[in-house]
Amino acid sequence: MSSQPNGVTSAASQPYKPTFRLGRFFRAYGTQLGILGVFFTLWFIFIVSAPETFLSPQIYYAFMSTVPFFGMMAIPLTMVVIAGEMDLSFPSIMAMGMVSFILTYAATTSVALSFITALITGVFIGWLNGVIIVKFGIPSLVATIGTQFFWRGAVLVLSQGKSGSLIFIKESLLRPSLVGKISNEFPMQMLWFITIAILGWVLLNRHKFGAHTYLIGDNVKSAELMGINTGRTRIMLFMLIGLVSAFAGVVASFHVAFFWPSLGEGYLLSTLASVFLGGTSVFGGTGTILGTFIGAFIIGAIQAATVAVGLTGFWTQLIYGLIIVLSVIMHTYLRKRME
Amino acid sequence: MEEYRLELKNVSKNFGEVQALENVNFQLGRNEVVGLLGDNGAGKSTLIKIITGYYRPTSGEILFNGQKVDHLTVSKARQLGVETVYQERALAELQTLWRNIFLGRELANRGGFLKVSMMRQETHRLMTQSMGFTSSAVSPESRVGTFSGGEKQGVAIVRALYFDAEIIILDEPTMGLSLNETAKLVNFVRDIKRAGKSAIFIDHNVLHVYNVADRVVVIDRGRIAGQFLTKDINLDTLMEKMVRVANTGSLD
Repeated sequence: MSSQPNGVTSAASQPYKPTFRLGRFFRAYGTQLGILGVFFTLWFIFIVSAPETFLSPQIYYAFMSTVPFFGMMAIPLTMVVIAGEMDLSFPSIMAMGMVSFILTYAATTSVALSFITALITGVFIGWLNGVIIVKFGIPSLVATIGTQFFWRGAVLVLSQGKSGSLIFIKESLLRPSLVGKISNEFPMQMLWFITIAILGWVLLNRHKFGAHTYLIGDNVKSAELMGINTGRTRIMLFMLIGLVSAFAGVVASFHVAFFWPSLGEGYLLSTLASVFLGGTSVFGGTGTILGTFIGAFIIGAIQAATVAVGLTGFWTQLIYGLIIVLSVIMHTYLRKRME
Repeated sequence: MEEYRLELKNVSKNFGEVQALENVNFQLGRNEVVGLLGDNGAGKSTLIKIITGYYRPTSGEILFNGQKVDHLTVSKARQLGVETVYQERALAELQTLWRNIFLGRELANRGGFLKVSMMRQETHRLMTQSMGFTSSAVSPESRVGTFSGGEKQGVAIVRALYFDAEIIILDEPTMGLSLNETAKLVNFVRDIKRAGKSAIFIDHNVLHVYNVADRVVVIDRGRIAGQFLTKDINLDTLMEKMVRVANTGSLD
């Protein structure tokens, strides 16, 4: 079989033992070390400037409660960006998933069924994004600007712009399992965020799908010459972010037991910022899940920190901008050094 | 009649208005090295990319071992034992060496989960035994983008050999190589012949092709202008004919 490796000469050679070399370690993990450096530096600054806030556990439970809403979506978005694509439609997918949820509940009064319908809606919208991008060859940035408006419009038309209480979910077991608290402190959504991050890491680093994702972002021509179905892989990436976005939409809505037609609009920039802060290259081909995971917490902490250190909330965006620009410069510099 | 390893019958390829190949008939025998010669834009690369399944021919048939193959794709061609060292090398420069060796054919279990340590081991073995990388600066974890031109070519060649190819296609393999690296490459093509496999060797340099090929096929403006067994023609005559075909479109 031609697809089987030929092991004719394998007997004689020394087995490969990865030896630890500091230089190689820095080259291989430079991006992750960079973001960890940023993380600890900022943390140190926060603790020094507002010790009473950042030395108490309450603030960390607060982060774990709010960061997962956008952090979860940042994981599949990292994979999309690694493949050299972009998705701007995920905030609308969050809301559209919830519209499906509410419509299904109205028809069946089953929360479980409504939840599944919401997830299917997310996967479907993602598939549609992928098909538009791959089959018509439209740049994903442009295509998803279009679908972002379309699905937000669909949400407004179907909900008539009305918000509404989701008080009925209080009875369901789904609520404690999505947004409950473990021993009254640890939020369940954090556990889901960690789960998605681990699954994302395994998929990206230990599965063919992830190998092909990196390859497409690195050199799409090589990927095609080596027989990789680049179209199918990209469509599946958009389906993945659709699925997670719909899931995040349900989690965020369950958290407040309320549906807003504007659900997700506030998460667009924080999700994108988490990915780029985490060192994923805008040009594709490189990026890590760990970087995005930490990036999401930095983004989440900045808002609380600006207020805690005594600045007004007006400073938040300025500091966001500064940290994002500086981090992207740092990552680009580190990447050049690695070559 | 002995069947060919690979045969193209009346293959044409159009890109819109441009006819890149016109009724090409091409055969590759068992354990034969065929050199493909032609000027820039003559259609060599198009012909190669049809054989590797990257392009679909507009018309004509492709036969492997006498069997007609419809809808040839890159992965189907690889299953049929076609391996290619591309002119552009088809490497992913930001990725590690082991990922490049197993590009598109990762060793994985049924669920698609990668056998990472196995791929690292195999890469290490290939590096030390076949690629001649002895420097400790190069490991299976090195990024291919940091390699020299010759090292990259080595990666592309070793990758082609690893998967037990029956037909090895070398598209302008000497481009950008040093003299020493080129000599290694010529030896490598002789090894293919000795191992009982077939090869198609494309190069600008008539001398390289003449030295290793059993048969030379000359392509001009999308057509096969002629072919010679290298034992029946001397290098000077071949060179003369190449110049003539470039100027007049005819070998004689």
